[in-house]
Amino acid sequence: MSVSPANNGADGAAHLPITGASQNGALIDCNIAELHYGKFRAVRDVALKVKKGTITAFIGPSGCGKSTVLRCLNRMNDLVRGFRLKGHVIFRGQDIYASRIDPVAVRRHIGMVFQQPNPFAMSIFRNVAFGLRLNRYKGSIPDKVESALRQAALWDEVKDKLRTSALALSGGQQQRLCIARAVATEPAVLLMDEPCSALDPIATRRIEELMSELKKRYTIAIVTHNLQQAKRVADMTAFLYVDTTGGGRTGYMVEYGATQQIFESPAEQHTQEYIRGEFS
Amino acid sequence: MAAPIERTAETTSIDLESLERSLRRPRTLFSYMMSGLTGAATIGALFPLFSVLYMLLVRGSASLSLGSLRDLPPAAMAAGGGFGNAIVGTFVVVAIATLISVPFGVLAAIYITEFGPETRLASGVRLAAKVLTGLPSILAGVFAFAVVVVTTGEFSALAGGVALALLMLPTVLLTAEEAIKRVPAKMREAAIGIGATPTQVVTQVILPTGAPAMLTGVMLAVARAAGETAPLLFTALFSNYWMSRTVPEFLPKTPGDLMKPTASLAVLIYNFSGSPFENQIALAWTAALVLVVIVLVFNVIGQSLTSRSSD
Repeated sequence: MSVSPANNGADGAAHLPITGASQNGALIDCNIAELHYGKFRAVRDVALKVKKGTITAFIGPSGCGKSTVLRCLNRMNDLVRGFRLKGHVIFRGQDIYASRIDPVAVRRHIGMVFQQPNPFAMSIFRNVAFGLRLNRYKGSIPDKVESALRQAALWDEVKDKLRTSALALSGGQQQRLCIARAVATEPAVLLMDEPCSALDPIATRRIEELMSELKKRYTIAIVTHNLQQAKRVADMTAFLYVDTTGGGRTGYMVEYGATQQIFESPAEQHTQEYIRGEFS
Repeated sequence: MAAPIERTAETTSIDLESLERSLRRPRTLFSYMMSGLTGAATIGALFPLFSVLYMLLVRGSASLSLGSLRDLPPAAMAAGGGFGNAIVGTFVVVAIATLISVPFGVLAAIYITEFGPETRLASGVRLAAKVLTGLPSILAGVFAFAVVVVTTGEFSALAGGVALALLMLPTVLLTAEEAIKRVPAKMREAAIGIGATPTQVVTQVILPTGAPAMLTGVMLAVARAAGETAPLLFTALFSNYWMSRTVPEFLPKTPGDLMKPTASLAVLIYNFSGSPFENQIALAWTAALVLVVIVLVFNVIGQSLTSRSSD
């Protein structure tokens, strides 16, 4: 389907056909057989299903491809030259890599929060309203901005300075602003790529509390380096590891299961060693 | 405080004499000499600049008056007069050049940074722009003469604008490219991450964020173009009359006026400075002063935009 971006109304939800057939309650069914950047095979054999209303964490050592997998879920990888995917990512019964799908429309349903807080160089208000304006939102933008800022637990701190630059906020506030910006358009899924790695422990704690609150409305997938964080917030955890046999560095999924099971009785030896901190 | 010194003296015994700064040491002497040399070179470099400005102020202010800014150029033996039409003409020609070069320059910069950064077209454009920055300005005049003057059969403000646009284009393009590159990648990602189309990324994020730096480039290009004489000699030529018959209007009333020979400060200075008549020579000085002030204003605006955007 070729969506003309100018006409994406607030009813953008209609762009991806919602077939009732959600695979066993899975909102996203991700199956990556192989993922290449040019000749480099970055990831292989990642298959998992993300349930609606849960938090799924991706853990694993550096370079294991957990961010790459996360970025597959809303086609952010399309921006990387030479990106190729063998496999599928089915969202609400629709393969988002099908040729008729517009990646821009996908990203309006599956929002993203990045590692570095990245507010635009504009006012707090305009940052949150940004996505609404892209979508030509018809309702009251100020109401929507307030509700998004409340959901991000930022409203009380910024309600008196909505017109000041977002860049004047602290790092933790900026990251919550980015979360508010992402939830303003009410995506179905929020992808968070190490959202706390640039923040101090207190700001990290606040974001974690926020995630538990947000999962009532959104399905969340998070990449984290912090095992304790995964343990605290995630319902499901996927452990990825790097396969260096054959000269390359290819990430693959070792184990996927309930967080408690992964942390307390992992089935695979690699997972066990990683959880125990025997390598990182 | 005495104790630690004593201890050092015991263990390593540094000769305090060797730490002293003295002109007798070659190192110190050399350092002083080099400081003196750089200072002298700085003054030497500033000397021509300030002597030019001084001469302009002294000789230019002599016939500076409201009349000289407002009136038409005087005839050969006449007294008084001014260069009002040349000031208007300069602004009109530069405005035409800006209207041509900015859309081309900025849109091309967007293409070579956002849509086809690694294509052959992009590297070709980049190379062409860099070569064009060194283009002798007289060639821009010859080009515009061939393209506009010969085809329309008339020297005109439009032809002058085309010639100056050719000189402005590479500066505008390259500074716009730089400005776009300086927009942090994470902002671009943020916009894409919430579902912005490539067009929206450019119009909502890249252009607003890069605008001050782009304006700087435009201002510097305008400042350069306003002072050019050679390209205008073949194109806008000169005129002793107002562009439009109704005098103080800034823009000409009909586009037809843009198709007539047009006065400019640079060409007026060129014409009058070679004149045998005292009055015209004095006016050339005054026009030069006014032109320098105009160029300076554009430069200062340009610089202040950069310093603000780098905060």
